[in-house]
Amino acid sequence: MKSLLWWQKGMIGFVFGVLMFLYLPIVMLVLFSFNDSSVTSFPLAGFTWRWYQAVLANEQMLRALGNSLIVASAATAITLSLGTLAALALDRYDFPGKGLFQNAILLPLSLPGLVTGIAMLNFYKQIGIPQSLTAVVIGHATALLGVVVSQVMARLAKLDARQAEASADLGAGPFETFRRVTLPAIRPAILGAGLLSFTLSFDEIPVTYFLTGREITLPIYIYSTLRRGITPEINAIGALIVAASIGLIILSVGLLRDRK
Amino acid sequence: MTPARATPLAFSGLFGLPLLWVLLLLVVPYLLMIAVGFWTRQFPLFVPDFQFGNYVQLFSDPQYTTVILRTLKIAVMVTAFALALGYPLAYFLVFTVDSDKLRNLLYMLVIVPLWVSYLLRAYTWKIILGNDGALNSALIALGVIDTPLDAFLYNQTAMVITLTYIFVPFMVMPIYAVLENIPKRLIEASEDLGVGPMRTFWKVIAPLSLGGVVAGATMTFCLAFGDFVAPVLVGGPDGTMVANLLQSQFGAALNWPLGSALATLVLIMVMAILWLSARLDRAGRVAMK
Amino acid sequence: MVATPIVTLSGVTKNFGTFKALHETDFEIGEGEFVTLLGPSGCGKTTTLRLIGGFELPSSGRIEIAGQDVTKNPPYRRPVNTVFQDYALFPHMTVAENVAYGLTTGGARPDRGDLGRQVGEVLEMVGLAQAGMRRPGALSGGQRQRVAMARALIRRPRVLLLDEPLSALDVKLRETMQVELKRLHRELGITFLMVTHDQTEALALSDRIVVMQQGRICQIGSPGALYDRPETPYVADFIGAANLIEAEFKGLDGGLERLTLQGGTEITRRPGGAGSPGPFRSGQRVRIGLRPERLRPEIETNRFTGQIVETLFHGDRIRIEFTFAGNPTPAFVELGRAMADRMGTLAPGAPITLGVDPAEVMLFAEEASA
Repeated sequence: MKSLLWWQKGMIGFVFGVLMFLYLPIVMLVLFSFNDSSVTSFPLAGFTWRWYQAVLANEQMLRALGNSLIVASAATAITLSLGTLAALALDRYDFPGKGLFQNAILLPLSLPGLVTGIAMLNFYKQIGIPQSLTAVVIGHATALLGVVVSQVMARLAKLDARQAEASADLGAGPFETFRRVTLPAIRPAILGAGLLSFTLSFDEIPVTYFLTGREITLPIYIYSTLRRGITPEINAIGALIVAASIGLIILSVGLLRDRK
Repeated sequence: MTPARATPLAFSGLFGLPLLWVLLLLVVPYLLMIAVGFWTRQFPLFVPDFQFGNYVQLFSDPQYTTVILRTLKIAVMVTAFALALGYPLAYFLVFTVDSDKLRNLLYMLVIVPLWVSYLLRAYTWKIILGNDGALNSALIALGVIDTPLDAFLYNQTAMVITLTYIFVPFMVMPIYAVLENIPKRLIEASEDLGVGPMRTFWKVIAPLSLGGVVAGATMTFCLAFGDFVAPVLVGGPDGTMVANLLQSQFGAALNWPLGSALATLVLIMVMAILWLSARLDRAGRVAMK
Repeated sequence: MVATPIVTLSGVTKNFGTFKALHETDFEIGEGEFVTLLGPSGCGKTTTLRLIGGFELPSSGRIEIAGQDVTKNPPYRRPVNTVFQDYALFPHMTVAENVAYGLTTGGARPDRGDLGRQVGEVLEMVGLAQAGMRRPGALSGGQRQRVAMARALIRRPRVLLLDEPLSALDVKLRETMQVELKRLHRELGITFLMVTHDQTEALALSDRIVVMQQGRICQIGSPGALYDRPETPYVADFIGAANLIEAEFKGLDGGLERLTLQGGTEITRRPGGAGSPGPFRSGQRVRIGLRPERLRPEIETNRFTGQIVETLFHGDRIRIEFTFAGNPTPAFVELGRAMADRMGTLAPGAPITLGVDPAEVMLFAEEASA
């Protein structure tokens, strides 16, 4: 480790401080999920599993969790299929309106989710899609297209065009070339985009808020519970979600790294 | 891939479905929303119309103008703080940390919170800043104060803290990416020419990192502007932001045309910012040549 | 033109937008030939190769391969295979899988044992018998090049297209691979069409060379013919090297052509030698070409006396740059060490006198463009 200048040493302290700032709230959350008290204050009252038990017994919440998983899976499947097709077309062809299309699909990612949710609600009602999980799936799949298209296009741009030519040279038609040469090459991007889409869909609130009917997703459940007041169960759910998120990150990093 | 052998059949086979989907389920809804912004509300229905009354109301009624301005103010503050925390963090990771493994680990540590639910991360500040929350009870236990301070929660300060907390990783990501790409040779060349680290930073590193700063700031500003979670969880009576207005217009207040007009306003603003940042980005690149 | 043509281009052009990459081109490749397209980057050689391979469609004209009109055919419907410049090996497959690919496309389902045997044979042919299970990423450049060749050859194409196959290799390896290529061509007996910008490579390997410039064919011929009888200054200087000097054609006198070089030196030339066909008018602006190895101190005719500007040591030869009689551009000559040693002082400033045989003077009509 090279010797550091004075201001660099100061930076270490600063960086440490920022990292603490980033993690302290999460640590608090996990801490209080085991705390035997319905109030989130110090000093700690003792270790307990009861909030977790309450979570597991909470039918409504479990149902919402199930809905979230279904919605995220369905939305991811749809957006990956459509997005990959679109990315291939955008990479391969030039056509009028190409730039417009690319900007359009990025809109849901830059606009406040509420705007997109409102727009979709307005229209879906007109064409007869009622507020329901189906509407949520469609809404998510549409909003997440930008994620998939940008990731897959980035990977396609790095592809050696000659490989597809070599495949054609060796007798493979367009479909075969796509299946045997292009697809394996863009698989990391598709996996990464899929993982990201799943996570974004799972955690999504604003668009879901407008499109959801009687069946709700987990974030909506948590949100409505929070509006009514804090219950310590939330800490437990929160801690579980943190654990699941971290697990997912480790999984995805591991998956994507091995591919190289 | 050479955009050469394109047959209309192959193209529409590939692109037909996504194009149709996007047009129908994305573009049309936005266009419809913009259109509804011109409609009138004749209780209990909404009547198709073409009038600017809603926009007039948004710009003249102090109820709405204060909210819009407040949202702008908070978004700017959050962006500034996130930048102040995020840039040095990214700089440190790229330039001060020597070992690659350590740098990747630290970077991951910064990014991991992004993947944890947005809602939860806002919620955690509610449990920290409340009257019977972690911060107050810790201060009491340490003897710093006697009774809980309610100055921490349910105000704009709490919202700024919460949103800054959420967006610091958003800031770090693009800045880190840009700083990482600066060829070490440029810095070595600068130092070789006798320029000290401070001036090297201002003259070489900072200008080159501008692209990442613009990207991070744009994203943070737009997302902070549209946030509705922070006001609901940690904001007070004076904490209503544009997103909450939208919520109520489509909820209890049942004024879809007004809500659509407001949403359109936000749409225009975000697109203007994106266009501006794209121009800044391009200008920056020309400067590099 | 060619005995049994296997590839025929008729009136083929290619435009990219407004850029004319290839002007009207007609030529034939004979079965079993080793033909090289030679020229600097941008001359249209790669475009021509890609048109034959089917990776680009011609803007006009016709392409026939093995008697079949393939102008509109995609690559997978042409009896040719390509070795790409950067090899384009599939990174997610092993060497064996890469090589076997060509036999498994288009729904073909060969018997496993049969496939393995064929792959083994072709890997043996390129000298990579043991490398089947490895991945392209773990191979050296030379090894990857051989895999690319094996992969292309397994389908037994009528024509093998090679796009600058050796340009990514270092010098020593390149020389070894050149020998390999020649051997393969002889053993397989199929037609090779190679693209390169390296003229020594073209000279060493080809039966015929197609010299191209700015989208047009300048000259086609065997290496010997191109070297001994270039038709334009461009070809003269591209194949081998030549001192190109501006001159004025004076006339015919006693069976020899008389020319006055820029700067005043007068030389003679035996008519009918290399260069433009003529005839030439008195007073016509021309250019002559002198190969550096044809300038010798012991030749008595066409004497040049000049002053040495620079000497460069090339191991077995010395290259000498010298100026003479009012010619601002230095000419150069290459002398063998033995010869050079006999000449006395060879240093900048020293005088030098050389002569050239009138039969070795190349004469070109001044080209319209530079």
